[in-house]
Amino acid sequence: MRSFRSVALGVAWRGIHNAFTNPAILLPSMLFPLFFFTAFAGGLSRIADVPGFDFPAGYTAFQFVFVFLQSAAFGGIFNGFAIARDFESGFARRFLLAAPQRTGIIAGYALVALVRWLATAAVVTAVALLAGMEVLGGGVELAGLLGLGLLVNVAALLWATGIAMRFRTLQAGPLMQVPVFLTLFLAPVYVPLELLQGWMHTIATLNPATFLLEAGRGFIAGRPVEVAAAFAVAVGAVLVFTVWALRGLRSAEAAG
Amino acid sequence: MTSSPLFVQVGQLARRSVVRTLRQPVNIVPSFLFPLILLSVNVGGLSAAERLPGFPGDSYLDFALAFTFMQGALFATTNAGTDLARDIQTGFLDRLALTPMRSAALLAGQLAGIVVLALVQATLYLAVGIVAGVRPESGAAGILVIVLLAVLIAIAFGAIGAFLALRTGSGEAVQAMFPLLFVFLFLSSMNLPRNLIETDWFRAVATVNPVSYFIEGIRSLIVTGWDGQALALGFGLALAVGALSLTAASLALRGRLVRA
Repeated sequence: MRSFRSVALGVAWRGIHNAFTNPAILLPSMLFPLFFFTAFAGGLSRIADVPGFDFPAGYTAFQFVFVFLQSAAFGGIFNGFAIARDFESGFARRFLLAAPQRTGIIAGYALVALVRWLATAAVVTAVALLAGMEVLGGGVELAGLLGLGLLVNVAALLWATGIAMRFRTLQAGPLMQVPVFLTLFLAPVYVPLELLQGWMHTIATLNPATFLLEAGRGFIAGRPVEVAAAFAVAVGAVLVFTVWALRGLRSAEAAG
Repeated sequence: MTSSPLFVQVGQLARRSVVRTLRQPVNIVPSFLFPLILLSVNVGGLSAAERLPGFPGDSYLDFALAFTFMQGALFATTNAGTDLARDIQTGFLDRLALTPMRSAALLAGQLAGIVVLALVQATLYLAVGIVAGVRPESGAAGILVIVLLAVLIAIAFGAIGAFLALRTGSGEAVQAMFPLLFVFLFLSSMNLPRNLIETDWFRAVATVNPVSYFIEGIRSLIVTGWDGQALALGFGLALAVGALSLTAASLALRGRLVRA
């Protein structure tokens, strides 16, 4: 257990130090969510006037939840890039040789993803509040939203880790990003589920990310909905992608 | 090439550019697929906007189709820039500098691949739109004008990519500019008409953003028919941005050739 913790903390310290001392690594993961928030909450606020749109906290809060969870997911994905880069540079192989407990490497990368995302989430939240976002939920509800974000972040990191450890090249970046991008954007991003029509409504109804968004929006509006389903989806994703990442680690070990 | 006239030089470099573009499916397939994926996602998610009072036309698909051309042009920027940067990194440009090739031939030849890509993109986007139910109000002649404007925009954006490549000499630096160029797209009237953008600062940015007028030029031919003002602004700004970016790219090329 001690060796697991020391490996995890060692990997985490290096990743956090690299991220926070290198603006080229940290800035994109902070700027992308801010950019989406600006484009969606600023450019589409009139959507709140569509008949049937009745989100009590307003369109800024409606979009904030999407951007918050999206930043969590992409925070994990960006860390997957870092793992792939470590394999390309040969650093990850040295990790594998040196670590007495290799699963600690994955835990270390997960810690990096969490710390990086918490910084991003703080900035995005501050900007949203400055932009006049209404928060109707209480402390427990906001903790629920944060909890969902943390689980999404870890699940995305584990997904990206599995890809990075199997392919061991940055060229696998689109494989990490595209499925997550499509899953998020095939959920009710711009309007509530009830206002979606046709094939998009069907897909969004089946899409597990819809539960995450609906629960997150319920938290910020002070009217929790789909909480159990959202946490089941998030915890389930963490469990499934833990197995995926561990098998990726075995694949990397086998490749030498 | 010692005594070859300009058009021969352009032709040879254009052939190389076109062949290179078509031989890299990894580069060109995303430029076809991603705009269409984003189109389907946006249409699926934002079709409720049709119910806003004052929304032009009665189909969000008609409204949103114009954006795919802009996204395609954005890919043209990075393709042109990355290819030229590779020529710089591999020393091809230095070898060309030893020949009597004129700098105008290099730029024109480089952009030929972008023109072919833009033509194929525009045809594909229009075909997908028509299959999905879009009927351009400007008719068959309007379709030709849409393709012409799309190619002009792609040349203007492609020249920006060439300028970035010539200034930086790095494909990675060109790729890194992609998100910045994407900001110009999102801070435009791509998702809603400017008069329906509620946030004042966003509407002001969209109003001074040339991308809004590129989109509105193409969109007018699909949604409203022949709108002289929208077309004049679309073509005028595309020509202006194209002239500026070509001039900047020419100057950057001259500087690089002097150094070579």
